[in-house]
Amino acid sequence: MVKVIFFASLRENLGTAELQVAVPEPASVASLVTQLVAVYGDHWALELNRDNVLVAVNQALAERHQVIVAGDEVAFFPPVTGG
Amino acid sequence: MFSTIRIQTAAFDVGAETRVLGQVSSQVGAITSFTGLVRDINDDAGVSSLYLEHYPGMTERQLAEIVAEAAERWQVLAATVIHRVGELRPTDPIVFVGVASLHRGDAFQACEYIIDYLKTRAAFWKKEQTEAGARWLTTRDSDLKTAANWQADDASPKKS
Repeated sequence: MVKVIFFASLRENLGTAELQVAVPEPASVASLVTQLVAVYGDHWALELNRDNVLVAVNQALAERHQVIVAGDEVAFFPPVTGG
Repeated sequence: MFSTIRIQTAAFDVGAETRVLGQVSSQVGAITSFTGLVRDINDDAGVSSLYLEHYPGMTERQLAEIVAEAAERWQVLAATVIHRVGELRPTDPIVFVGVASLHRGDAFQACEYIIDYLKTRAAFWKKEQTEAGARWLTTRDSDLKTAANWQADDASPKKS
């Protein structure tokens, strides 16, 4: 299983904070998004594919082509606004 | 280099944090600090409260990285970064960055570098409550530009 988490506006727009997803091998961030969209619909495609949505794998920023495996933590979030 | 990173809901005491920075070494000749407060107006809307969230684990790691980068670039004897999360109100202190160094130049620049990158890189998100309703903030172009200036700025004094 991969732990998938959403933050801030993305969490609110998807109505979801955290999911556990069984991913096939091999899997990537992009294939995970495709998997999520297949289950939850076009609304998720719109939210997760926005240009400014960032991804972290195991708490390090990652690109969509990054490979993911069972046990990984994948986070999706909007641009940061701290300080 | 001593570095302290804290993410907390509680308020912080700027005086106490500054004193601690001064006590890390008898070499400290300069302490600079930045304190950010919650404004009651942002982008022409009145703000009644602010909600802040972060990515536990990742945010702390990012802040530690930013502090380490500053310490590579300037002489930093100690640095403290405190960021509050949760519900905040106008005039509440929200972020503290303090740097202790041998000389003021290093302390000023390292402090500014840390807050500039904190704003554009660290995983925090702000949601404002205004008269018109709640809204998540978006990254300011001016903040991105300010942070990018540090990359272009190779002429800055380096750690000797």
